[in-house]
Amino acid sequence: MSVELAVGLAVLWPLAGAALVAAARRSPNLREAASLVTAVSLFTVVAGVILPAVLVGGRPRLELVEVLPGLGLAFEVEPLGMLFALVASGLWIVTTIYSIGYMRGHHEENQTRFYICFALAIAGAMGVAFAANVFTLFVFYEAITLTTYPLVTHHGTEAAKRAGRLYLGILMGTSIAFLLLALVWTWLAAGTTEFRPGGILAGRVGGWHLVVLLALYAFGTGKAALMPFHRWLPAAMVAPTPVSALLHAVAVVKAGVFTVLKVIVYVFGIDLLAATDASRWLTWVAAFTIIAASVVALGKDNLKARLAYSTVSQLGYIVLGGALATSAGVLGSGMHIAMHAMGKITLFFCAGAIMVAAHKTEISEMDGLGRRMPFTFGAFLLGSLSVIGLPPMGGSWSKWYLMLATAEAGQLAMMAVLMASSLLAIGYLMPVVARAFFVPPPAGDGHGHNPGEGIHEAPFLCVLPPVLTAIGCLVLFVLADDIYRLLMGVVAP
Amino acid sequence: MSGGSAAGLSTHLPALQIAVPLLSAALCMVLRRSRAAWVLAMAVAWSSFASACVILATVRRHGVISYAEGGWAPPLGIELRVDLLNALVLLVVTAICAIVLTASPRSLDQEVWPEHHSKIYSLYLLCMTGLAGMTVTGDAFNVFVFLEIASISSYALISQGTTRRALTSAIQYLVMGTIGGTFILLGIGMIYMVTGTLNMADMAARLAAVGPNRTVLVGLALIGVGTAIKLALFPLHIWLPNAYTYAPAIVTAFIAATGTKVAYYVLVRFTFSIFGAPLAFDELRLDAVLMPLAVAAMFAGSTVAIFQRDIKRMLAYSSVAQIGYMVLGLSFVSVTGLTGGLVHLFNHAVMKSCLFLVMAAVLLRTGSVRIEAMAGLGRRMPWTMAAFVVAGLSMIGVPLTVGFVSKWYLVLAALEAGLWPVAVLILLSSLLAILYIWRVVEVAYFEEPAADAPEVVEAPISLLGPIWVLAGATLVFGVFTSLSAGTAAAAARQLLGVGP
Repeated sequence: MSVELAVGLAVLWPLAGAALVAAARRSPNLREAASLVTAVSLFTVVAGVILPAVLVGGRPRLELVEVLPGLGLAFEVEPLGMLFALVASGLWIVTTIYSIGYMRGHHEENQTRFYICFALAIAGAMGVAFAANVFTLFVFYEAITLTTYPLVTHHGTEAAKRAGRLYLGILMGTSIAFLLLALVWTWLAAGTTEFRPGGILAGRVGGWHLVVLLALYAFGTGKAALMPFHRWLPAAMVAPTPVSALLHAVAVVKAGVFTVLKVIVYVFGIDLLAATDASRWLTWVAAFTIIAASVVALGKDNLKARLAYSTVSQLGYIVLGGALATSAGVLGSGMHIAMHAMGKITLFFCAGAIMVAAHKTEISEMDGLGRRMPFTFGAFLLGSLSVIGLPPMGGSWSKWYLMLATAEAGQLAMMAVLMASSLLAIGYLMPVVARAFFVPPPAGDGHGHNPGEGIHEAPFLCVLPPVLTAIGCLVLFVLADDIYRLLMGVVAP
Repeated sequence: MSGGSAAGLSTHLPALQIAVPLLSAALCMVLRRSRAAWVLAMAVAWSSFASACVILATVRRHGVISYAEGGWAPPLGIELRVDLLNALVLLVVTAICAIVLTASPRSLDQEVWPEHHSKIYSLYLLCMTGLAGMTVTGDAFNVFVFLEIASISSYALISQGTTRRALTSAIQYLVMGTIGGTFILLGIGMIYMVTGTLNMADMAARLAAVGPNRTVLVGLALIGVGTAIKLALFPLHIWLPNAYTYAPAIVTAFIAATGTKVAYYVLVRFTFSIFGAPLAFDELRLDAVLMPLAVAAMFAGSTVAIFQRDIKRMLAYSSVAQIGYMVLGLSFVSVTGLTGGLVHLFNHAVMKSCLFLVMAAVLLRTGSVRIEAMAGLGRRMPWTMAAFVVAGLSMIGVPLTVGFVSKWYLVLAALEAGLWPVAVLILLSSLLAILYIWRVVEVAYFEEPAADAPEVVEAPISLLGPIWVLAGATLVFGVFTSLSAGTAAAAARQLLGVGP
């Protein structure tokens, strides 16, 4: 199979999977099998065919159609997109397994629609990852918003409808009002929207125009959840947990920060930003988001809400790394896309497992649960350590490079922000584990009824995925060097 | 020889665009039987569409088609003259006519007494005659004549609505439309005073020689106001919401997608081809009037749309906003801007007729087009509502739909002209479209129908087919734009005298 063909296939494959799921809607087992087969085969194509080509320096390119003169749909794989595609497609497999356990264990309705939209959203993520120009990226970015909307509103309740409104309103509103404007502006200024090493804007846009254009991109990408456009993410937590796990910790939000990072590297060019200092303000916005979201997370008792704010904060890291405009920053940010994905998906998987097994959503109700659900909370502990950034977890590497970048850029304040954020992360994640393992379960109500009784681990398919991804966090610590070498292609082409 | 005869045949096609529907309209009256009249109208509409395709292809290959009516050479005789601009408009008008007509029988059965059906089809063809005539003619006075044919038949069509409000709406439109027509006639008269000719090309040449004088400028201003009324440019739009709301659903789908489009064509033709951009925009500063009104239309139309509970009315106000986009494109007086205006003419015709046909389907099944009636339709009429979502996304301007193509050109034109606040306003007004479209989507997909709501099934294939042809077109022409944007750009270059 030619690599170019594989790139096109990787975007189309999940669509075919969605069709398969729709065809198999009468038989749940067949339907889930179709999902799983699609996910595994997608990952095989991405990791087995495209990755080797990119590792040796190839940039497989596929032109699809020219929509307007000079403005075409095209794919081109470069290391950042490669990494994002690997993360999204790889974690899709685990999430599919998890979805089977969760959706059945939780007796959710409309499961066919769920699996179809899920596959469509992954197709959108693949398109974003492989986009060769800003226009293509914009197309798939919007596709992700639209295909995940039915997932956010899955339950059809009043709360889900409200959350959907916020979701669509912020994501589509910012993308049409700001991102589209930035896209047209870029096209007008540079005559192209292609992603090129070193950027396309040098010598074409200058002065405060650069700052405004960067702001349009940064805030136009609502999925990056930069404050004040972050509210959609906590709202989206009404969705079933697999959605929160894969989409709102990995595919959707990473598509957002990936967009920001890619635009910084391939449209502006870090040299241009470093020379003009046009992105300095963005480091402060990112820093504010990191700290403020962490503080909000501290106060949330609902586990998923706490994790959502933690995600907002961690996304800030990636934007910060890009905004520092140094090669270490880009490396650290790229790496953090993978590291945070693995860590955060573990935490969401655990939150869902707790919900299925113990029907508990509030952290204050989880006293003593650790002894009854040791695997779930063990995985939660490992995931937490990775998100906090402690060795021997993958998360420590990305944080290391980001720290290095702050030093390289001479922004020591930002280093302080990163350290403070790690402390805050300890503050909002560790109590969950501590309560579960060390606080005794609440005593019975004196009528011989023990509230903790009868709670045990969630179904096997709900527990296996978080355990796998928790181990993944450990593995990533070892694999960091490979990711580093892959990403070196971005900063030293 | 064969090439010569093919070209020879296609030079007659513009005349047939007028003659065939006109004669068939009379025939429809004679036929009296509802279905027989429909079959005849269908044959006429689809062959008109086919001939419009041939005309466009010919114009693209061989340039302007000129046809001397009755063999009298212009400028003395009446000329039919088709270039890229009106070939494109003709294609849009005939395509929508044919598609909407295909969808009409079931919807008309419900809304109009069977004995009136043959009259409706007759009026429909008459209206088509007028619209096609306005589009292909190269004679300024003929524009007025055909305008009146189209207008009078559309007043009659609107008055066929089920409620008595249809009558008052038709009267309102009649009064406004007649005022508009009169303005246009006065304007044409003034130019005739100065130039002594009614042939458009001849007029243009003589006007250029005369240069700006007060009579010419007043003539232009009168034509501008007249077409603005027919076009329903804010704040002269007041006839439009009522007319669209109370007309039979099919009539709305037809008129909404064609009537205002042809009025836009007339405005473009007069300002760019006859008066010329320097006179219209440097001397009279028409752009300084049109741009603020266009922006006001975008916001006023969309804002009012958000609060409508009658969805047909909501879409009507949305049309007011969309007309704003078209006029805005024109007011940039640049190739990109005019391309945006013309491509939006094409695109809006496609998506709005799709939305109005969806309303016809909803009305057929639920008996109402109020927002309450939409509850639960996402499940009960899945294909119909899916088409609504597709066309709705296009109204918002989501990429890979036609709405995005329009928006792209308009924003680009604004930035090219250095008018970045206008670019921001275009995008902000798109956000209003999210609000009014998603209101309907939410009710259709999340709300349970009322307990006493009638049992509802999917729309019949006779409606669903045309709906999905149009919904498919919003997607296809959102990706493959050489027909719509390509022709529009070439026409815009022609109008502004810029080389290709």
